[in-house]
Amino acid sequence: MKGVAFGQYYAAESPIHRLDPRAKVIMAILYIVCTFLCKNLAGFIALVASALLLTLFSKIPLRLILRSLRPILVIIIFTSIINVFMTRGEVLLTPESWKIKIYAEGLWNALFMILRISILIIGTGIFLTYTTTPIALTDALEYLLSPLKVFKAPVHDFAMMMTIALRFIPTLTEETEKIMNAQKARGADFTTGSLIKRAKALIPILIPLFVSAFNRAFDLASAMECRCYHGGKGRTRLNVLHYRAVDFVAMMLVVAFGVGLFFLNRYGFGYTLS
Amino acid sequence: MNKIELEHVSYVYGPGTPFEKKALDDVTLGIRAGCITGVIGHTGSGKSTMMQLLNGLSAPTDGRVLLDGYDINGTPEQLFDQLRDLPEFRGLSRRALKKAVKAEIIKRRRALCFRVGLVMQYPEYQLFEESVSRDIAFGPQNMGLDEEEIKARVLEAAKFTGISPELLEKSPFDLSGGQKRRVALAGVIAMRPEVLVLDEPAAGLDPQGRDFIFEGISRYQKETGTTVLIVSHSMEDMARYCDDMIVMANGRLLMQGGCKEVFARISELSKVGLDIPQITQLIALLRERGLEIPADIYTVEDAVAAVRRALEGRKEERA
Repeated sequence: MKGVAFGQYYAAESPIHRLDPRAKVIMAILYIVCTFLCKNLAGFIALVASALLLTLFSKIPLRLILRSLRPILVIIIFTSIINVFMTRGEVLLTPESWKIKIYAEGLWNALFMILRISILIIGTGIFLTYTTTPIALTDALEYLLSPLKVFKAPVHDFAMMMTIALRFIPTLTEETEKIMNAQKARGADFTTGSLIKRAKALIPILIPLFVSAFNRAFDLASAMECRCYHGGKGRTRLNVLHYRAVDFVAMMLVVAFGVGLFFLNRYGFGYTLS
Repeated sequence: MNKIELEHVSYVYGPGTPFEKKALDDVTLGIRAGCITGVIGHTGSGKSTMMQLLNGLSAPTDGRVLLDGYDINGTPEQLFDQLRDLPEFRGLSRRALKKAVKAEIIKRRRALCFRVGLVMQYPEYQLFEESVSRDIAFGPQNMGLDEEEIKARVLEAAKFTGISPELLEKSPFDLSGGQKRRVALAGVIAMRPEVLVLDEPAAGLDPQGRDFIFEGISRYQKETGTTVLIVSHSMEDMARYCDDMIVMANGRLLMQGGCKEVFARISELSKVGLDIPQITQLIALLRERGLEIPADIYTVEDAVAAVRRALEGRKEERA
């Protein structure tokens, strides 16, 4: 499984791994709010420090965490370029005569934007995808969304669909690789030729992939029906989630961090976003 | 003469990641031209990995794979000396020669999958066309052959794999599992490869489907003289259809040689959890009970003949 760093569970024994998945979902949301609370340099220093601390606590290699940024690298670069060139400020860095004007404020804005997006991704990665199995995650979502059942929202079905989809991503990736190799062995060429030719070259991969995905779906559906599965009503769980004291403490810590950031915005130092 | 040679070949999956795994470890072996060679070994012994190296789908992490003495993954610099003496390059200037050799290497690399035809495990997954004949024609089409030649090859491949003419116009998705398997096999045979590599061609088939596949391969090999490699778990099939055998264990080459030589080393085979054919086990039991028959019997036919001979010998003694 190469290149699918985002969404990969990293098995380890850490305090964050052991937290209740529902607590982690809530903490992830609170942490996202925190990243947007930051307004000045002091706040962002605290934010970076908190991200490093979380990494340390979660026992996930830093290399792996940085790799999760790769898919959004383009977005980061794009937004920072826009910030650098489009922000008007007071301190002009380029000579007066230049057409392109870069202000110090623009550089600060770009830096803060990079940090904010990166830490947003890193934070959700640490709280959710890296330390929580996809199954636990969908379980947590089902619990947290269950109030919506009052409005007849199919929360359980939705969670089940998510679980199945997540479960089959690696399977289908593997299968795609297998089919590609089989067609390459028959001389299929995916890399040369015009765009239309290359699109056509995908047919020998997509058709077998769809056929097998449908077959898998039929098999899975019959297997579920054989075990009398009929949706969420009256269904009990094998693993019931229980909050522990430590979950509340962890959530309170994130809230406290947010309050801290609020005060740093007031009394902190360094460049401040307007 | 050896058609394929592996020289100190190693292969590592996911190097530098936590999932790093050495699938092949310093394997050196040769595969005789015009023979059926069986490859056996437990799951995870590196058989399938080795098969994917033979047609250049993956390149070995270390070592060389030679086809007719030519390194299939060699860089232009490495292969220059080997190719410069080809008759078609004679009389070219040095610069033109370099260019021509480079073009030749690219051409050879593209032609590699047509020269070494690989049938993967459960190949029925690779079918995609709207009719069986068009699916078989996929390989030959990629070779750039003309219509008539393709048609002839499809019919020939269908004949070898026992696909009847009325099946040719059906959708491959309407066929039974065994039929699909044969269509996939025909799709590779239609490319007329010099080497045919089959990864567990009979896995998951009933005994009849299994015999059908093996008989077809055997017939094809005899008529065309192709070099064939078969990966299998079944010692019975190996004993019956193969000339040579390669035994793999934990990514290493354990033994190589004729079927009889390999089966004679029973104790080593059982050490890595492989069985000798059931009929050979039965023969061993019969010998223990005092029946005078040779020990090196690996097929049911041979066993029947030997037991008959032994019994007739007894009768004569009594008379």
